Amino acid sequence: MAVAFDEMNGPLGELRPAYEELSRWLKETPPDALEYRRQEAELLFRRIGITFAVYGDSESTERLIPFDVIPRIISGKEWTLLEKGLKQRVRAINMFLRDIYHGRDILRAGLIPDDLIFQNPVFRPEMNGQQVPHDVYVHIAGIDIVRTNPDEFFVLEDNARTPSGVSYMLENREIMMRLFPDLFARHRVAPVEKYPDELLSCLRSVAPHSANSEPTVALMTPGVYNSAYYEHSFLADKLGDELVEGRDLIVKNDEVFMRTTEGLKRVDVIYRRVDDDFLDPLSFRPDSALGVPGLMSAYMAGNVTLANAVGTGIADDKAVYSYMPEIVKFYLGEEPILKNVPTWRCREPKDLAYVLDNLADLVVKEVHGSGGYGMLIGPASSKATIEAFRDKLKREPEGFIAQPTLALSTCPTCTESGLAPRHVDLRPFVLTGRENVTIVPGGLTRVALKEGSLVVNSSQGGGTKDTWILDE
Amino acid sequence: MLSRTAENLYWLARYVERAEYLARTIEATLRVTALPNTYTGQTNEWDSALLTAGVSAAFYEIYEEADEKNVVEYLSFSTANPSSIRNCIENARLNSRSVRTALTGEMWDTINGAWIELQEVWSGGAKTREQLARFLRFVQETSLRFDGSAYRTMLRNDAYWFSRLGLHLERADNTARILDVKYHLLLPEDEHVGGPLDYYQWTSILRSVSALTAYHWVYRETLKPWLIADLLILNDTLPRSLASCYGNLVRNLDQIGVSYGRQGAAQRHARGVRNRLEHSNMQDIFQHGLHEFIQEFIADNSRLGEIIAKQYLI
Repeated sequence: MAVAFDEMNGPLGELRPAYEELSRWLKETPPDALEYRRQEAELLFRRIGITFAVYGDSESTERLIPFDVIPRIISGKEWTLLEKGLKQRVRAINMFLRDIYHGRDILRAGLIPDDLIFQNPVFRPEMNGQQVPHDVYVHIAGIDIVRTNPDEFFVLEDNARTPSGVSYMLENREIMMRLFPDLFARHRVAPVEKYPDELLSCLRSVAPHSANSEPTVALMTPGVYNSAYYEHSFLADKLGDELVEGRDLIVKNDEVFMRTTEGLKRVDVIYRRVDDDFLDPLSFRPDSALGVPGLMSAYMAGNVTLANAVGTGIADDKAVYSYMPEIVKFYLGEEPILKNVPTWRCREPKDLAYVLDNLADLVVKEVHGSGGYGMLIGPASSKATIEAFRDKLKREPEGFIAQPTLALSTCPTCTESGLAPRHVDLRPFVLTGRENVTIVPGGLTRVALKEGSLVVNSSQGGGTKDTWILDE
Repeated sequence: MLSRTAENLYWLARYVERAEYLARTIEATLRVTALPNTYTGQTNEWDSALLTAGVSAAFYEIYEEADEKNVVEYLSFSTANPSSIRNCIENARLNSRSVRTALTGEMWDTINGAWIELQEVWSGGAKTREQLARFLRFVQETSLRFDGSAYRTMLRNDAYWFSRLGLHLERADNTARILDVKYHLLLPEDEHVGGPLDYYQWTSILRSVSALTAYHWVYRETLKPWLIADLLILNDTLPRSLASCYGNLVRNLDQIGVSYGRQGAAQRHARGVRNRLEHSNMQDIFQHGLHEFIQEFIADNSRLGEIIAKQYLI
């Protein structure tokens, strides 16, 4: 694996322009002042209750995501490129979904094999021919971006179902502004605080036609025990909308209502943070206690908008991901601005053979996995782990894809032995409403805190950083 | 607002109020049991603390003897007791987390901060009397801060009113329960009237509802059992009296009714109870039986809880 590109000290060890002021500031600031701020930040997170739950971890049900106080800085020029690329990609994803559930031009053109769609468990036949308001399927997308050198950004994953993390983008900024007012004054950092407003207008813009002029939006959560519950309550609060659970909703005559102290009140748009499977026990998993019986039939009747739409999983499936460059070209007739990471589809015998031969050098991911669960990082794994994975892979090759182990870029990060480079990724949030696609300048930077580690997922011990887009 | 949100706010306030009441009860009991036997008589004060908390039967399923150690443990820190102080705070936080959007930052900070302290400082219980005293102060201060931040920061809308309903309903229940357990001490015909024994029992009752100083300001008299009963039941200037609680319950229910443009069974029932309190005097109450009066009140109060739940929370 090549030496990673450091975003502060470039390939030749030269200080990159976006980091000049930060570097000067770091030299002026005594190390214990940083440590003191770090502790202060942790205290704030704990008091505000910004916690998440790790599944399968019985010891502590609520944990803090470690927060690194050194900001990650992206220049205005870099951002302009990213923004263009992200908008392009999400536009294509929405057109792809509309096509898959309607005309299926892309399948007839032979660009994607039929069985990859139709035999895919996240494909929802219920959505065939179903009209969704304004043809928007993915209202909120979280696109994971990595870079390996100054000029190239790769999309690592498209999260088109219920991406989370935006509360950290907003809260990290709040806390940084509180802790380092001086550092802010020395930079021109583009603000992110408009996100909740933009989200609200996005959600309102896609209300069903039967809604009145002031559509009611509600945020649906699986409940307090969900790992992202803090984010759900945070967003509902910022949006000024009710935070509902399945049991708060009831469907009558194909309309959705929430139970309030003044009786039933109609809901027009549901920003749901509940997976497809759990939305409606009558349509999907009958054992789901989180959902609302009849919700799908109200949705089919066009009386409620679900954001994101049902069935968007087919666009963030990792096997479909490998076709994204073709998808962008097919629908937009443009060259993709953001690259894909080269991907071997284990469902194809030739690719599988290559992957099996090179397991020790590759990253292998479950097609439907997320959160860093169930993946193999070849270079960081023991022989036994690799062999165990090999069996899994042979048994069910269509369940996996493989990618080269990328030398993710690094950023200076506080560690026990002082500042040191650590690998990072970036998740910007892309909103698609009736009229346009918007992105607030920023995103969630996740950082792998262990030296050399490439896994940034919070469930696997990753941390976060505030992400600064310079307004130049 | 969502029915579930209203329900959570209502219970949140109840849990915080209950935790404070338990802390006061333990504090008052510690004081009276610290006195020489000649002042306290043969009754087991720890037993009556369990009774006023309404957990006596459940306690004896686990413990043999109601001594200081066992009762303090059970009322304060036990996870087996669903309404121990620890569980009240745990439940208050769980409710807060479910309705974060309806709480102000200050209220959340109080509850979450208390919950963190409970885990970090008090997970092993209180080892000494001094520690216990600090713990009881902490609980009371949490309740005061919570109440104060609600009062100072919440919008005056249904969220506020539902949380006040929980508070006053719980408070009325607590005051009524202590009267229910100690009523015999307040009967004028009790044979020990005026003895030193009763005097310390009376102060203990007043302390549990933080009304000892208030008593002197209101009556400018030495402690007299019927005046104590009058203060706790009928005097609407004392925030923990039954009359004051019902004044507040009626007011808050009326505000909800006006804001929703609809009155219902809850408003009628609360008004009925308040009117009965308003038109009573201690002489009548004693004549008809203090005990019967209190028991009837407790039943009425819990019925109001059921009616509110049916009308708004389900």
